[in-house]
Order: sequence, then structure tokens, then C-alpha cells
Amino acid sequence: MRELALNILDITENSVSAGAHLIEIDVLADFAKDEMAIRIRDDGCGMDEQMLATVCDPFTTTRTTRKVGMGLPLFKFSAESAGGIFSIRSEKGKGTEVVATYRIGHVDRMPLGDFGGVVLQLVTMNPQVDFVFTAQSGETTGKLDTRELREILGEDIPLGAPEVRSFLREYIQENLVDIFGGRL
Amino acid sequence: MKSLEELRALREKMRSQTDNRSVAADGETVIKVGMATCGIAAGARPVLEALLDEAEKRRLHNVSISQTGCIGMCRLEPIVEVFRDGQKYTYVYMTPEKARRVVAEHVVNGNVCTEFLIGEN
Repeated sequence: MRELALNILDITENSVSAGAHLIEIDVLADFAKDEMAIRIRDDGCGMDEQMLATVCDPFTTTRTTRKVGMGLPLFKFSAESAGGIFSIRSEKGKGTEVVATYRIGHVDRMPLGDFGGVVLQLVTMNPQVDFVFTAQSGETTGKLDTRELREILGEDIPLGAPEVRSFLREYIQENLVDIFGGRL
Repeated sequence: MKSLEELRALREKMRSQTDNRSVAADGETVIKVGMATCGIAAGARPVLEALLDEAEKRRLHNVSISQTGCIGMCRLEPIVEVFRDGQKYTYVYMTPEKARRVVAEHVVNGNVCTEFLIGEN
């Protein structure tokens, strides 16, 4: 993993397979304090305390094909190697929240990468899930809520339709450039 | 700056087109891209992006592209599975360039890209 955006994609896939209906993803940057935070919160099945205690161990996984699961360990590593803190909270049946913080100027902080592309992919490829994305930098905040998009489009046009996709790509990209201006 | 008002206008435009679109559907092709940690780390996202882009450019309405979890052969990622005519074709070690060729040669013209298939690598 060379981009934080890819970590976000990966962790969010966990939320999707946890059966979440609503997933909130925040990328919050404070350039004055040299801090940024990534938060992913879902209303999926959550996990019990025993699972939570070992979930950041690469040898803990829910998959059946093999015994290693690198998603959360890699995300944790990305934060802790860049002067940040990683935390995960979860409650069985309620959902899970993962937060990673970073020092923006830390030499080992991975670039955010193609976050716009990841947002587009999540929105258009998961018809059964709603997303709320928040991107914040100082005073500027941008929000994308798929429930709002679905309301505009109506029931017969999916978010993944090619025409909608190309609109969303530009819409997301323009707003992200406006908020972060390529500084992450 | 684009606004959501434009999306509203787009919807109206699309509503008037939906009728003539469903006609061309003969034998849907399903494409799946492995998008677990292993796939993402190996570069599955640009591959998916290339497939979607190619489908959009060629206006392929009888192709459904989706993502899936770990296919179980992490060392061969990025993996793309094409389901067509009741057959499954597994392409391994994919790149955006190879993905575009698979769309052009296999999905559009029906010629399997044998050199990218799992048995060949």
C-alpha cells in the first residue's frame, strides 16, 4: 500500500462485508496544526471484545482461504509510522469505528493518493450501501451523501450508470481539489 | 464548479434514453475484480478503473463490472474474472493495459486473451 486512499478503500471493504447500510468516511486536515485524521464508521455487524483484542494482529482474519489478514495491520502501521495514533472501537451488532491520525509533514506519511477515485469506486460499485464522505481542511468542508444523490436520480437510474459515473468523477475531483488543493 | 443541479439535468436526459438501451442485451458478460487487501496492494484499483473506463467509452451496456473479495490466489493478483456464455475465464497478473485488451478482444470481439489466462502464467 503506497497511498492512504487505498487503505481507506481496503478498510471500507470490511465495513461493506460486515453488512453495513451506512458508512461514514471523513478525511480531516488541519494544516496549521500539521495534523490529519481519517475516520471510517459503519453500522455493520461489529465484533465482540475477543475479536477486537486481536483484530490488528496480521494472523487474525475472518476469511477462510488463508490465515493472514493484512488490512487493519497495514492501516495501523501507516498511522504509527507517521507520528499518529490508530484506534478501533466496535460493538457487536452496532458497528465499528476506525480512526487513524497522522502528522501531515512527517517524512514517512504516505500521500493521500487518489482519494477521489476511491470515493467514486465506493459510491458506484456498492449499490446496496449508502456513504457519507466528509473532506475538511480548516474552514472548508465538502460533503457527499449518496442518499442525496439517490433521491435526485430516482429509483430507475443507478449510481453506477456510465453517464452518472463520469459526472460524479468530475464533481468529486473538482471539490477535492478545492478543499485539499493537492496538499495531502 | 459542478453542482448537484447538473445531476438533476442529467437524470432528465437519461430518462428519455432508457427505452432504446435495453434492446441490445444479448448474453450479459459479468466481470469481477478481486478487491481485497491483496488485490488492492497489487494494483487492482487501476485495473478496475481501466475496465470501467473502457466499458464507458465503448458504451457497453450488456457488461456488468463489479468487485469481489479475496479470490484465494493472492500471489497472482490483480485477478480479473470474466463470466461469459456459461464459462469462467480467470485472468491473472493484470495491468490497466492488459485489462483494456481483455475488454477489446474478449468482451467485445469474443476472442479470449489466452496469454493472460491463469494456466499460461
